[in-house]
Parts: sequence; structure tokens; C-alpha cells
Amino acid sequence: MDVQAISAELQTRFSLPEGALKVQRATRLWVDVDMAGFPALFDHIVKGMGFNILCTITGLDLGADLGYIYHLAHDCGIMVNVKTRSPKGSTVKSVTPYFPCADLYERELVDLLGAHVDGLGPGPRYPLPEDWPVDEHPLLKDWTPKGATPAGDAPAAGAPAATPAQPASPPPAAPAEKGSTPA
Amino acid sequence: MSDIDRVVTVPIGPQHPALKEPESFMVDLRGEKIDAVRIRFGYNHRGIEKGCETRSYTQDLYLVERVCGICSFSHSTAFIHAVEEIAGLEVPVRAKYIRTIIGELERIHSHLLWLGVAGHEIGFDTLLMYTWRDREQVMILLARLTGNRVNYGINTYGGVRRDIAPDMMPEILKVVDSLEERTKHYIELAMREQTLIQRLSGVGKLSKEDALFLGTVGPTARASGVDRDARRDDPYLAYPDLEFKVVIDDHCDVYGRTIVRLGELMQTYSILRQLIKKIPDGPITVKAPRRIPEGEAVSRYEAPRGEDVHYVRGNGTEKPERVKVRAPTLANTASVGKMLEDGYLADLPIVVAAIDPCFSCTDRMVGVRESGTESRGAGRKTMTWEEVSRYGVEWHKARGLDFSSLGIPGGIEA
Repeated sequence: MDVQAISAELQTRFSLPEGALKVQRATRLWVDVDMAGFPALFDHIVKGMGFNILCTITGLDLGADLGYIYHLAHDCGIMVNVKTRSPKGSTVKSVTPYFPCADLYERELVDLLGAHVDGLGPGPRYPLPEDWPVDEHPLLKDWTPKGATPAGDAPAAGAPAATPAQPASPPPAAPAEKGSTPA
Repeated sequence: MSDIDRVVTVPIGPQHPALKEPESFMVDLRGEKIDAVRIRFGYNHRGIEKGCETRSYTQDLYLVERVCGICSFSHSTAFIHAVEEIAGLEVPVRAKYIRTIIGELERIHSHLLWLGVAGHEIGFDTLLMYTWRDREQVMILLARLTGNRVNYGINTYGGVRRDIAPDMMPEILKVVDSLEERTKHYIELAMREQTLIQRLSGVGKLSKEDALFLGTVGPTARASGVDRDARRDDPYLAYPDLEFKVVIDDHCDVYGRTIVRLGELMQTYSILRQLIKKIPDGPITVKAPRRIPEGEAVSRYEAPRGEDVHYVRGNGTEKPERVKVRAPTLANTASVGKMLEDGYLADLPIVVAAIDPCFSCTDRMVGVRESGTESRGAGRKTMTWEEVSRYGVEWHKARGLDFSSLGIPGGIEA
């Protein structure tokens, strides 16, 4: 399998606009497709061309839109990176029907970027804690921690201060933790 | 309803003696047999990807290396490959060889560590003692080559920070010879020791079809007959110049995962001898820009636990626009539930250990509980990076260690 041939096939079959395909090297192809054309192109790459490894999904904050990159690989070593985008607040189809392992990758998109993934089954949050505010998504560019104290102000709440009850003294040596994995 | 038909849910973790890192398994049991498992991760999430966006590429290299304490070089190299590709840097061949040597030494220490943990999980602590004693040889060697036992800090944009002196090459070979003999002993043990064979055979079954369907990677996949290895399939560093076999096995259980890792150790010794023989003279670095151009790249690196994937997007500044890390354990978590299906509760520790999980890698936020509040909900506070720095300084200061004179970021007086 040749990356140029894959690029040509995708160009012919999906009539992609100029600049939508980029061969970066012998094992890297980037494909940019709008959300309307994404399902058919994704289906063809996975089922028609045999790219049956989903390496991961990368989410991007692109201002008004969220970007998604599906990193698909083939046993021959070639990786096709399918890029698409949708306005923040809109939904994107889950790819778990193709790749069950996408479940955690899509939960990351939901937690860290506030993506709405249609078809993602019930399950625990990942990676944020269950009590993390549902409207705070740390990978958004404009996200700042609520309640954070600006640098240079009063010491952070919770930072333990030295008190008479806690005299300054060298810390005791930490006991070796049984069952831990030392480096 | 008899007791055996009643479903009992046993929580294992996030803190549990059977687990080396925090993760949660809610196990539904019928008698001793596992009916269903619900897995929860995320306890080690440290916001490293977000942290990378607020730091320079130089700082990020060291931050990314701390994604994991065991496969630190894997993460550092996967990350640097992506950045170097965006920057169009051509790394000198000698530097590629040195990186490959360090990467393969890391594989040895990771696999020997795993073998010891596996022995421990099945009550075979003698194996733990032997393998970790042997592992010290490679840890000491890594410290001599890089200055550190882990988090080697040897990668730099455009090459490596340290050369390997000619007199170190025989030292590497000496360690390789010694560990090869020891690995042969462990292979013989794995082939003949009935306690080991019977304890691991048929445990944590994962068929090839399930491994492919669930996106399993690394030795876990190869032990289910999946013939994939990024070193051969999407080669990088010096691997195109090297001859090695991708070790696969069809036992599809924990025993097979043991066989694969032992076989991979033997391949690594062969790879290291080839590297020492073929390493060319020449420069070990090229000049790299501080500002990385706009662009994006994704790299694949065959870490000891499986394929490590890093995506980097540059925006023309000194800081990346986006860094994404996919550690192999995240790819393998989907298969754990399958492996545990219809298994016994007593097998859970070894089944989980057999994917060689690393949840630090996988989770990559610091939640701090305010004094006198509950550990969940309103008591939780989110901190800025500066606050985390200040918190650390104050924490140590209260205990008699004053680091404030070192001058750390975040408005702390130097």
C-alpha cells in the first residue's frame, strides 16, 4: 500500500477540495473534511481501505469550533489523520460502533473540551473526577480555574503554614512503601 | 436464591493492596466468579497536556518525560519526534543510534520490572527478588550513560545531550551478556516450572479477534497473536538498520504475555549488540530553533507496554498550541474487562498486572482539599500552576525545608 495511492483514491472518490489532502511522509497522510462529509469518508477509510487501528482521537479548541483528529493506522504502517471540525455546542457522532476502544478517547473530548458526542454510551467520566463542574473544560483556551488566586496574592488556601503546633524540623524519612514500584 | 447465585459487588481500589497505582474496579461476583467489571480511571490525571501549552518546548520536553517514571524515555522520544518533524530537523545518525540504545535499555528495565511484579502477584516472590536484582544492572548502566536511573534527560531537540564514550560500549555489552544469561534462565523457568505454567495458563484470556476489536497494543496484543510493532511497521530512529523479530504468541493468556516479554528481552539484547557494532561516528546534535513553526505531526513509538502516540501542533511560537498523549495502557484498558469476564476474583491482580498497566501514563489536575472540609464537592479547590508551586514551597517550609531562596516561578521571592 502506498500513501500516494491512498491519497489519490480519497481524492477521486470524495472530490475533496484543493489542500484537503496532505502527504507529510511515506507513512503520514492528513485529510481535512467537513462534518457533513466526515461519516462517509471515515467509513470508507476504516471499512473500505482497512485502516482498522484507531490510535487515538485528538480534540482541539479552534476558537468558535472544536476540531477533531482521528488518527487511523493500517497494518502496513501508514497512518491517515482525518481532521474535521464543528461549532462548539454542536454534536459529533461517536465512532464507538467502529472502535469500542474509542469510548475513553471520546470521554476525554467531553470532559476536557466540552464536546457533545452523539452515541457515546453511559459510563463514568474520564479523566476528570465525578464532582468536577460539568461546565468547566480545562483544555479550552479560555479556561481558567474558578476560585484561583492570581499569582503574587495571598498564599494559596490549603497551603499549610508553619505554626507553633508544627515546629520547623527536618521531615522524618519516608518509610519504604511495601508494594510500591520503585524506579 | 442460593448464595452462589447472588451477585455481590466488591470494590477494588482506587486504593487497594493489589494495585500499584490508583484505579477502581467495581467487580460483580457470583460466588468467586466475575460476572461484570466496571472500571474507573483518571485518579492520576495531572493536566500535563494543558501544562505543555503554557510552557516552552524546552520545558515541555522535561515535563513530558515525567508522564511516566518507567517509560519516561518513550514519552520524551515520542514527543520530540513530533516536534522535530514540524521543525524539519534532521537528527544526526549517531544521535538516532544513541536514542535507540537508551530506548532498548529502557525496555529491558521495564520488562524485568514487569516479570518481578508478575511473580509477586502470584506469590512467587523469589522471582521478584531475582529479576529486580538483575534489573539493577541496567538501572546502574542507564545512570552511567545518562546521569539518571529514570527521567534520563538525554533527548534534546536535534539530537542527544550526551555522547556515549567508546569505553562505555564494552560496558553495555557486558551488561547485555549478563542479562541475556539471566533471561535464558527465566525462559527455562517459564517453560518447565509447573507452578508458574499452571498459575498463568488460561488466566485472563483474550482472543486475537477480541484483541483486534478492542484496539489492544504492545506485548498484550502480541500474546494474542496480533503481529504489530511500531518499530517494524512505522520505523523510526535506527530501527530500519536493524534486524529483529516481532515476538508473537498464541496462548492468548497471562502465560502468553510472559512468553512474549521474555522473547522481547532476547530480541533487545540482539538489537543492542547490532547498535554497538553499527553506531557511526559523527555529531550528536544539530542546532534547533527555539520557535517551532506552525504545523502538526503525530509520532508512534513502541514503548515497552505498547504503542505510545504523541500529537503536537505548533503555532510558530516558543510554546505548542496543543500536545496530545495516548499512552499504551489507555489503549489496553478496554481489553481488561474482557480478560476478567468469567474469571476468578483471585486472578484479578495478575490479570490487571499482565497488561503491565501504567496509570500515570494513562491519566496524565491536582485536586487539593482545603483544611477541615470534605474531600469531595465544595471542599475541592483548583489551583493555578503558580499556586501549585507556592503550595509546594510552603508545604516543605512548614516542615523545615526552605526552598524559597531557589527562586521558583509563581511570584515566589527569590
